[in-house]
Amino acid sequence: MLEAIGLKSAEQLFDSIPQQLRLQRPLNTPAALSEIELLDKFEQLGRRNTAAQRTSFLGAGAYSHYIPTIVDHIISRSEFFTAYTPYQPEISQGTLQTIFEFQTLVCQLTGMEVANASMYDGSTALAEAVLMAERITRRFKVIASAAVHPQYLEVVQTYVQHAGIDLELANFDQKTGQAGAALVEAVDDQTAALVVQSPNFFGCVEDLKAVADAAHAKGALLIVAITEAMSLGLLKSPGACGADIVVAEGQSFGVSLSFGGPYVGLFATRDKYARQIPGRLVGEAYDKKGRRGFVLTLATREQHIRREKATSNICTNEGLIALAATVYLEAMGRRGVQEAAQQCLQKAAYAAKRIAGLKGFSLPFTAPFFNEFVVRGPLGSVELLSRLAKEKEIEGGIALSRFMSDRDKDFLVCVTETNTREQIDSLVSALNEL
Amino acid sequence: MTSGITKVTTHISPNEQLIFERSQSGRIGYRLPALDVEESAVDTLIPKEFQRDDDLEGMPEVSEVDVVRHFIRMSTWNYSIDIGMYPLGSCTMKYNSRLNERVARIAGFANLHPLAAEEDTQGALEVIYELQECLAEITGLPGISLQPAAGAHGEMTGIMIIRAFLDARDGAAASGRRTMLIPDSAHGTNPASAHLSGFSVKTIRSTAEGLTDLDHLRELCAHGEVAGLMLTNPNTLGLFERNIRQICDIVHEAGGLVYMDGANMNALVGVARPGDMGVDVIHLNLHKTFSTPHGGGGPGCGPCCCTKELEPFLPVPRIVKTDGTFRLDHNQPKSIGRVKAFFGNYGMMLRALAYTLTHGNDGLREATEAAVLNSRYIAEGLTTDYDKPFDSPPMHEVVFTDKRQSRKGVHTLDIAKRLIDYGFHPMTIYFPLIVQGAMLIEPTESVGRQELDQFIAAMRSIAREAQENPELVLNAPHDTRIGRLDEAAAARKPVLRWKPQLQGEATPA
Repeated sequence: MLEAIGLKSAEQLFDSIPQQLRLQRPLNTPAALSEIELLDKFEQLGRRNTAAQRTSFLGAGAYSHYIPTIVDHIISRSEFFTAYTPYQPEISQGTLQTIFEFQTLVCQLTGMEVANASMYDGSTALAEAVLMAERITRRFKVIASAAVHPQYLEVVQTYVQHAGIDLELANFDQKTGQAGAALVEAVDDQTAALVVQSPNFFGCVEDLKAVADAAHAKGALLIVAITEAMSLGLLKSPGACGADIVVAEGQSFGVSLSFGGPYVGLFATRDKYARQIPGRLVGEAYDKKGRRGFVLTLATREQHIRREKATSNICTNEGLIALAATVYLEAMGRRGVQEAAQQCLQKAAYAAKRIAGLKGFSLPFTAPFFNEFVVRGPLGSVELLSRLAKEKEIEGGIALSRFMSDRDKDFLVCVTETNTREQIDSLVSALNEL
Repeated sequence: MTSGITKVTTHISPNEQLIFERSQSGRIGYRLPALDVEESAVDTLIPKEFQRDDDLEGMPEVSEVDVVRHFIRMSTWNYSIDIGMYPLGSCTMKYNSRLNERVARIAGFANLHPLAAEEDTQGALEVIYELQECLAEITGLPGISLQPAAGAHGEMTGIMIIRAFLDARDGAAASGRRTMLIPDSAHGTNPASAHLSGFSVKTIRSTAEGLTDLDHLRELCAHGEVAGLMLTNPNTLGLFERNIRQICDIVHEAGGLVYMDGANMNALVGVARPGDMGVDVIHLNLHKTFSTPHGGGGPGCGPCCCTKELEPFLPVPRIVKTDGTFRLDHNQPKSIGRVKAFFGNYGMMLRALAYTLTHGNDGLREATEAAVLNSRYIAEGLTTDYDKPFDSPPMHEVVFTDKRQSRKGVHTLDIAKRLIDYGFHPMTIYFPLIVQGAMLIEPTESVGRQELDQFIAAMRSIAREAQENPELVLNAPHDTRIGRLDEAAAARKPVLRWKPQLQGEATPA
């Protein structure tokens, strides 16, 4: 082939790169491994992740739910996972129709009118929602609940630091664990948006309607963030409560933990704000013969057309993970999502009741919760949880002291439909024995 | 359309409905174990007013086999790399190894919670560390964060790092340095990312040769407000910016920094390193150069790589190694902050490391050679039939135009659509914006000579058709499930979700 294009050596392919800029030595990366060696290496590395082998009650933005077998089967189809972004609709209808269904499902769950084709994850979706609220209201103050996931708040802070937006925090009530009342108190007519997470970082359900009413009374928007999307199977939808923008982490819908990603951000809003949405949108379209198809639409919001005036810089999003969530939601369906949510609620309630009955343990917050709750133990939670892991092979929760310095005895416990009664009982007796 | 017999199945199902249209009340496709704890009345746990009252109306009710058939039928409407060549310029659609998929599904990674203790996640942290080391060597830039989730996210991270560096270096004076220079051939994400970091954008012209105009660059740099330059290299015309050293010097002397868009790294791996060219910060696209699957639009992974000098500004947490143990370092006061929850798109890191290790150092370079060779072969093969606006030999991608065909009324879009009839995915079209009727072709290393010859033959055949039978090309594609869609109508009255049809409402024709 070199001859066919008139070259003598492969080195000549790079003649346009000045000699002194070319690497004059082999790359100092490892030599090639065979399939057997490679698998062996990664299997060994995987075994060093001891946390993955234990009974787990970890949540806080990443959840262990049942994943129907067909989810992985379908996302492993070549036609889906080796396809590009659907710029050529005639040969991308599989991806496009799937995204249209995804957008519809997100609207149904959140109670909103329009949803996009996905964001990177819940945290970046929240950051984009804050920027969108500023574009809509032209106001520069955003007040967020201090009970939003701490890492989400960090991401928002990074995104807004050069946008002229002031991010203020409204503290949560030390008794109830809710921040709704403080948000209602704090909103004023300079406020672009209130940001509330429900269930919040402590698992507490917030009174979204009250926060929405307070925001709207001052001309501000309400942004609702959700890290545990399974709660939508049971809790009143943010749309029904009056939210203007809803963002969520969709990992609960058929996506494995995978050490934090890839996950999928859900982003939904009202029809009137559709042209302010960041990211891709798929819409219905027809060909000359009147056949229905789907196509990327309203692209004039996007970076490849609007460049620096775009609603966002996002291009590649989380297509395949949105597909996983779509397969999950269709396989589980209306009743499956409800039943999984019910089981989460019931099992978490059972676990909380039993733990609260142990000597030295209590539940510091009184608000209703879905499947996560804070436990206050008799000793430092870092030590307690470490002993639980090492001595009892249980990942019992997440120490809040990792995020908040004044909560050294508190830890966050998450229970889902995948946790059996036996596992819950063994957590309870292990806590009792330590 | 419905005359004659109704086929029970067809190879490509022409008309798979939306799942909502297939839904039947009472059908289920799942089974959970029976609840094994004492059940409490829901109202005692969650007040009634906080509970859903719409019974999830409208969500599908279907059986498992309904769902499987639904998706498998839809999958047959997609083109994919596994079906054939995907010559999208600037997208680097290379083969996605099944081995990498298997690695990402190893239980020790797939079931690992991101907030588990460091000591219980050592294998996972080692993967991040090892990939960082490989990317540092490949780019010649030692400071790495794998947190960004895609190319544009890595860009934003890189530009925020430049901003933080300048603010730290210049203090209050940095507020006078808020201009980002971007060539007219750049990806749209570049100006959008610059804007997110509070920069205004000035455009640099390209020369007739297709390279950055150095005189224009000097002129723009003369005013002292330049924060930096965002440059793709090889640029989006597939040409290596051979003056890159000088370009970096000009920007540096003006007090700015150089950011390189790494979308085109597939032309350089193992051959040349941005760090050796004077570049300060770059993003990579693991879903391009390192073969993690594109998934119909993500997930990606857009690592940000920078010089030692910029390292303190990278996102937190950093993954560091001390005495053979890996840990998270949050204590970086100069950091721009966190750009994503947890560690980024970790599953993509596993696949990219598997790619790097199965290729080995020599295999990485060979892949680069093959990618450039394939592109040059196409450049050579199509010059007789298509206008090639730049003479210089291209790197991994080559740009042609529709100049000759447009005389017959056949334009780039038509050529792209006709290529579908020949069984290929079209090339990137109308990008870069500075080339009228651009067709940007990137074959990657994942095609052999036979397939390249088929592609060249198809393109030549289309060129002939454009002369002899333009209508044929103008109405393409001819045998896809749907024809060209009325995108203007779709944008005018957007229908962005399914809604239950009201009684008596007709389906639009």
